Amino acid sequence: MTWKRKDLLTMQDLEAGEIREVLDTAESMKEIATREIKKVPTLRGKTVVNLFYEASTRTRTSFEIAGKWLSADVINFSASGSSAEKGESLLDTAKNIEAMSPDVVVVRHKASGAPALLARNLRCAVVNAGDGAHEHPTQALLDLLTIREKKGHLEGLNVTIVGDVAHSRVARSDIHGMRRMGMTVTVAGPPTLIPAACQELGVKVSHRLEEAIAHADVIMMLRLQHERMTAGFIPSLREYSRVWGLSLDRLKHCRSDVLIMHPGPVNRGVELSPEVADGPYSVILDQVTNGVAVRMAVLYLLAGSKGA
Amino acid sequence: MTYREKAQVLDESALDRALTRIAHEIVEQAGGVDDIALVGIKTRGVTLGQRIAAKIAAIEGTKPAVGALDITLYRDDLRLKAEQPVVRGTEVPFPIKGRTVVLVDDVLFTGRTIRAALDALMDLGRPRVIRLAVLVDRGHRELPIRPDYIGKNLPTSRRETVAVLLREHDGMDRVVIQEPTESATGETSQ
Repeated sequence: MTWKRKDLLTMQDLEAGEIREVLDTAESMKEIATREIKKVPTLRGKTVVNLFYEASTRTRTSFEIAGKWLSADVINFSASGSSAEKGESLLDTAKNIEAMSPDVVVVRHKASGAPALLARNLRCAVVNAGDGAHEHPTQALLDLLTIREKKGHLEGLNVTIVGDVAHSRVARSDIHGMRRMGMTVTVAGPPTLIPAACQELGVKVSHRLEEAIAHADVIMMLRLQHERMTAGFIPSLREYSRVWGLSLDRLKHCRSDVLIMHPGPVNRGVELSPEVADGPYSVILDQVTNGVAVRMAVLYLLAGSKGA
Repeated sequence: MTYREKAQVLDESALDRALTRIAHEIVEQAGGVDDIALVGIKTRGVTLGQRIAAKIAAIEGTKPAVGALDITLYRDDLRLKAEQPVVRGTEVPFPIKGRTVVLVDDVLFTGRTIRAALDALMDLGRPRVIRLAVLVDRGHRELPIRPDYIGKNLPTSRRETVAVLLREHDGMDRVVIQEPTESATGETSQ
């Protein structure tokens, strides 16, 4: 299996073999992080542009470190303080950046499909770093890498995704990727936050947390997005936390080797109690570490594609 | 391109004797085993490194450390290829600073792999000395690189290839020269 794609836009498109290729490459990249000199010359002379129209610390920094460890030149462009504020359209901005000959453009945008629009119009490789409530493929890949590393395999594992599935691009990418790798996915949350069409993605739906996590090998807690509170999706933060928050007490009924994951940033005391977030089951910081390795793998594979 | 076997160069026992001699030479030149580390270039270089280490252990009673180097990220032809080669990962779980590192590879040809391996090794630390052991030196160097320990000097033409078959990967130990079946041109990559 060798990578053929010009862009990485969705998990929905990826075949199992392609996912495995990214994960295997990422596993090899991890060794570089353990070195005294964390740099290899692989992407010397290549330029990676981070084009972020939405706030992000983790993902942007992760792509930046990944690019720099591979010796690429990484340029960060954020919408605030840029020509986007002066009313330039996304495509015009991207065309202008392309005129400066980048090899890879990493884009985050609040509109679903924005990276696909750029991919169609730019000759360089485009990576989706999160588009609206659509997809966030590198997050799903780092989740899969973390699970594979801890469990030794992916096929046959039970994963439960808890929380605001409706607004979550992470959940959507995870579901596509996990289903493709032969995992069983259950989503759990208040009915207002579980999309009606969920079952079409091949997942089970549960509205009781205890039942949903009892047999899980992996529990993926999603961030409750405070900004949606006003829309009336949940009665109150306290009630959400009481019914859907993961505490030590609730973990007692889980498998003893369960993994707790979270895409970050964590609302401590809302979806995760601090004891759980920092506890022995939590692999949240492994996810962050693996994020750099996965993004190195993606940059490496895409920078070798035709046109880059 | 398809190849057919032209001649067998080493059989199982000749290959084994070559490795035994290399092990003796390494120990003799280093004056002991204490500072020696063997670093094989993936994939067959690693297997050869392990075999040489076992032989050194049999001679001296101490087995030197063996690491595995993947040079993919250091290749000089990444831009020339349509697809990115598979990255296989480096595993050198010991410090190489101040040690005598013996790089091990199966076939020495243009020298470009060794150039990449030297860069990769330098990024891991600063060895006192780096030496080079190869099972077959087939000539045609494109860089000023010279091996210290050679299993077999083998004059070849550029259009031929040298295949090193090892029990661990191929079910048998032998080295053969192959030539293209057609009058096709082209060369093996590094």
